[in-house]
Amino acid sequence: MTEMLLAIDGLTKAYPGVVANDDVSFRVAPGEVHALLGENGAGKSTLVKMIYGLVKPDAGQMSLHGAPFAPATPHAARAGGVAMVFQHFSLFEALNVAENVALGMEDPPKLRDLAARIRQVSEDYGLPLDPSRLVGDLSAGERQRVEIVRCLLQDPKLLIMDEPTSVLTPQEVDILFETLRKLSSEGTAILYISHKLEEIRALCDGATILRRGKVVASCDPREKTARELAEMMVGAVLTPPERAGRAPGAVALEVEGLSVASPNAFGTSLKQVSFTVQAGEILGIAGVAGNGQDELLAALSGELKAPRDAVRIGGAAAGHLGPVARRRLGLVAAPEERLGHAAVPDMSLVENAVLSGWLRRGLAKGGFINWTLSRAFAEEIVENFDVRTPGTHVAARALSGGNLQKFVIGREISQQPEVIVVNQPTWGVDASAAAAIRQALLDRAAGGAAVVAISQDLDELLEISDRFAALNEGRLTAPRPAQGLTVDEIGLMMGGAHGMEVAHV
Amino acid sequence: MGGIDPILLLASLMVASTPILLAALGEMVVERAGVLNLGVEGMMIFGAICGFAVGVGTGSPSLGFLAAALGAAALSMLFGVLTQILLSNQVASGLALTLFGLGLSSLVGQSYSGIKAPPSLDFDIPLLSDIPVLGPILFQHHPMVYLSILLVIGVWVLLRHTRAGLILRAVGESHDAAHALGYKVVAIRLAAIAFGGALAGLGGAFISLVRVPQWTEGMTAGAGWIALAIVVFASWRPWRVLIGAYLFGGVSVLQLNLQAAGFKVPVQYLAMSPYLITILVLVLMSARRRSATAQAPADLGKTFHASS
Amino acid sequence: MIRLVRRPMPSRGWALATPLLAVLLTMIAGGLLFAALGKDPLVAIRTIFWDPIMGKNAFYYRSQLPVKAAPLVLIATGLALGFRAGIWNIGAEGQYIVGALCGAAVGLGFYPAEGWYIFPLMVIAGALGGFLWAMIPALLRVTFGTSEILVSLMLVYVAENLLASMALGAMKNPDGFGFPGSRNLSQYPAAANLEIWPGTGIHWGVIAALIAVICAYVVLARHLLGFQIKVTGLAPRAARFAGVDPKRLIVICLGVSGALAGLAGMFEVSGPSGIVSIDFNVGYGFTAIIVAFLGRLHPVGILLAALLMALTYIGGGIAEGQLGLPSAAILAFQGMLLFFLLALDVLTNFSIRLGSGQTRGGV
Repeated sequence: MTEMLLAIDGLTKAYPGVVANDDVSFRVAPGEVHALLGENGAGKSTLVKMIYGLVKPDAGQMSLHGAPFAPATPHAARAGGVAMVFQHFSLFEALNVAENVALGMEDPPKLRDLAARIRQVSEDYGLPLDPSRLVGDLSAGERQRVEIVRCLLQDPKLLIMDEPTSVLTPQEVDILFETLRKLSSEGTAILYISHKLEEIRALCDGATILRRGKVVASCDPREKTARELAEMMVGAVLTPPERAGRAPGAVALEVEGLSVASPNAFGTSLKQVSFTVQAGEILGIAGVAGNGQDELLAALSGELKAPRDAVRIGGAAAGHLGPVARRRLGLVAAPEERLGHAAVPDMSLVENAVLSGWLRRGLAKGGFINWTLSRAFAEEIVENFDVRTPGTHVAARALSGGNLQKFVIGREISQQPEVIVVNQPTWGVDASAAAAIRQALLDRAAGGAAVVAISQDLDELLEISDRFAALNEGRLTAPRPAQGLTVDEIGLMMGGAHGMEVAHV
Repeated sequence: MGGIDPILLLASLMVASTPILLAALGEMVVERAGVLNLGVEGMMIFGAICGFAVGVGTGSPSLGFLAAALGAAALSMLFGVLTQILLSNQVASGLALTLFGLGLSSLVGQSYSGIKAPPSLDFDIPLLSDIPVLGPILFQHHPMVYLSILLVIGVWVLLRHTRAGLILRAVGESHDAAHALGYKVVAIRLAAIAFGGALAGLGGAFISLVRVPQWTEGMTAGAGWIALAIVVFASWRPWRVLIGAYLFGGVSVLQLNLQAAGFKVPVQYLAMSPYLITILVLVLMSARRRSATAQAPADLGKTFHASS
Repeated sequence: MIRLVRRPMPSRGWALATPLLAVLLTMIAGGLLFAALGKDPLVAIRTIFWDPIMGKNAFYYRSQLPVKAAPLVLIATGLALGFRAGIWNIGAEGQYIVGALCGAAVGLGFYPAEGWYIFPLMVIAGALGGFLWAMIPALLRVTFGTSEILVSLMLVYVAENLLASMALGAMKNPDGFGFPGSRNLSQYPAAANLEIWPGTGIHWGVIAALIAVICAYVVLARHLLGFQIKVTGLAPRAARFAGVDPKRLIVICLGVSGALAGLAGMFEVSGPSGIVSIDFNVGYGFTAIIVAFLGRLHPVGILLAALLMALTYIGGGIAEGQLGLPSAAILAFQGMLLFFLLALDVLTNFSIRLGSGQTRGGV
């Protein structure tokens, strides 16, 4: 038996109301690529935060190279040879690459020497980077390179990667995997967190599967099918959504030459975006994060204004109109960020129902809100969309991500819309809620609405879309029928390796 | 205009600018760490009375300055605890600090009005002060004037060339990312707030011990607010803080000289001018900032709570 | 270790209890402060909080309560609308001055004419003056993105100088033997804001304050505008998503608070003060900030908070006369109150837990 690099025994961590990790144990060998597989909310993030010294366990032990390991801070974890690439990058947009790298190191050399080392290491591992560029100007894939290079400069024994491929095109994923395999062959162990099954089967040597904070299985993922892994992860047999065959109707949303500047300093402006969506049709829009998704949603919902004729809803020019006027024309939207954008965290569900629903549901007369009707509307959403909540009086932030997302989607769909625009409808949502949301969108399309679904989840888009397009640096490809598209074709639509240099490993 | 001596005017410009320079420099560091402390005015006036009281009590202006820095830093910790530990709104807490500072200082200062400050001697830099014209303008001042300029250099070096400065900027740009990397966001911010408080206190004490030099209620007369405006004007850069403070000092000195010279415009309208010019400068800067790269620290004014 | 855990919902009980607790803590801390000044703390507290209502001469002080509270209520109600939306008008003192100047200008302009229309015109002028003064930061914010905090505050100093120049120049009483200050408007019947019921202290400003409270209550509780204000303050992006025009809201909130502050100034200059003088403004515009927070930015709460604050003004005055307590002590007292309130606010949104499981590395 080989000596274990990392041993986790009986790790437990509870938060008020939820046990995030319950008696978790597993082992990682040197050079092993070990998958930590589980749904959103299964406790993966808490577990790695404990390994990285960000969270202190309530009970249990860890050991590294056979010696007890209990990092009190990330500094201590890094000193022990553990490095981590975060899902939501721990990067500073207004600082340059070298400064960002220096911040993540224990004892960084002078910035000039560091820049040279960054160049060298990034070339060695096929991840070229310019140390003097501002991180805010980099693509999502390049930002991830900054994180990885930051880790590599410290010669880690264990590299933790939290959902690394969610921001990459399929081609970029290939580059990343090459890098990870090279690292593993040099003896660095990788703890790879994901819920993407095919990736894990392609990359990992071992897997620990978490469900509701507990280890439910350990296996060699290469010996399992994706379906078997999925059922271990979810704990139930999943049924794919039903879609009725349908004939698209009249054009409900028409976008022609839409160009909008991003309101954010480091955002992506939309450039000449054109497409149409017919009633009863779902247009899926793919793209790596940060390629203009937020801007597209805002330009369609009316939060960003455009020239009159750039957006037409049901034939009426609407580019110059704000969100309220566009709702009057029948367009509703659900932004990606639930807390703070689609919903007000500190307001009750009733108030959040009024937020975007007052116009089309007639909840206000002469400017005065009818709270009785509003409460009934909120209760209707909770009832119809299976939102788990003690009542409609609770604040939005008290709901879990999936339940709040069901509420938000339900609120928009319940307004008898002609056009629905959603961004990342199932992001961070557990599998059953995600399935419910997808089904709701399909049902509404079957009922005659035109749907624009912006998502970074390719599987989701292929499951529900009739036609498919991709956003790439603010430009939209021409939509193509979704049926028969291959992953490679989609990857190329998304920008291939995104203008990044391909690895020479 | 015959009554205005240009050499004296320029020399008094440096004196008039120093309090605002100190306060603005301190606030700039605080804001670079991502904290908006609107209590500068309160900390300045509290520094003014602390410095004055200790200066009068001990007869030593230097001890006065030390007391001003410590007193205002202690006062700033009220704001620090409120915003960093108890997670209060920074705008409201800053306003509270100003109101409290004004009240507390007039209370403490009750028995000090009408007293003269202990004399504090100007320090003539050897050789340089003998240069004609430039000598009196630049090199015959109170040591605090030179210290303020040294502090600008020090802060510039700190922010630009040291790891501590890099960490400070990182905390101001994204406290979540800094926390994820293991930096102690709250401790760093508290330190920055205390530094800002100390500098505001020095600025206030400079007014009561050197510039005026005596104690009157509300004597800072909005200097703290102008310091806040100068941080915006400076786009959060130390050298521009220096330029902004000196420009502003120039305006105040000029209007005072015009008043003294019996210029035809009523005194009140001249007295308004520094505030109006501050507004004008703020407008010009905010109009320009849309296009320029100079941006406020991304997490300025946001509350940080480490959600575990 | 002590740690804060965010409550799933803000606690209603604590939201109501914190102002009371803050007042209590301020009394204790204030007592210590007074003791440090060499006064008997119990006597000082009693003089400030009890004597104005129940002591001898209370019949006079009681009528002072509405007089002092009315401007605070008017200003704080307006400020609270903006504060809720994250729009920080802290220059109400300036709007108060300009409102008074505009109202007084109309009154003095008509002198010595008589007519029922003069006072209403002054009311309109006062509101308009405050409104326009507040439009300066509003429009600069909307067009250039300039901080309304700094601009509105700078304008206080401008307004103070304007007041001085008026009191010493254009508005100086021509029959005043060269003394600074205007004619006394309260002795000019057509322009005077007198007590409606003698002895009660209730003048037109008090009525206006009550109307403002009722209107603000209805707007916040039931109207879409109030809803938009709350959403904007809690989540600006969600407000834009809902269709709120942030610029419109800035203009409305600053405009309303400016007009109300202007009204307060006008009622003051034509009544209790009577004269445009160099020291006409006594800081109502700043105290109103404390009142707004103490009243939890809620109209009814503001009414109660303003009465309490008026009490400290009156009681502070008595204490100054009887105990030789410096007038500035009341200012420090009010500042302390705001500190305690903000500090205790944490209890509304977080529960405090003792024990392990604390997040490491960050705090």
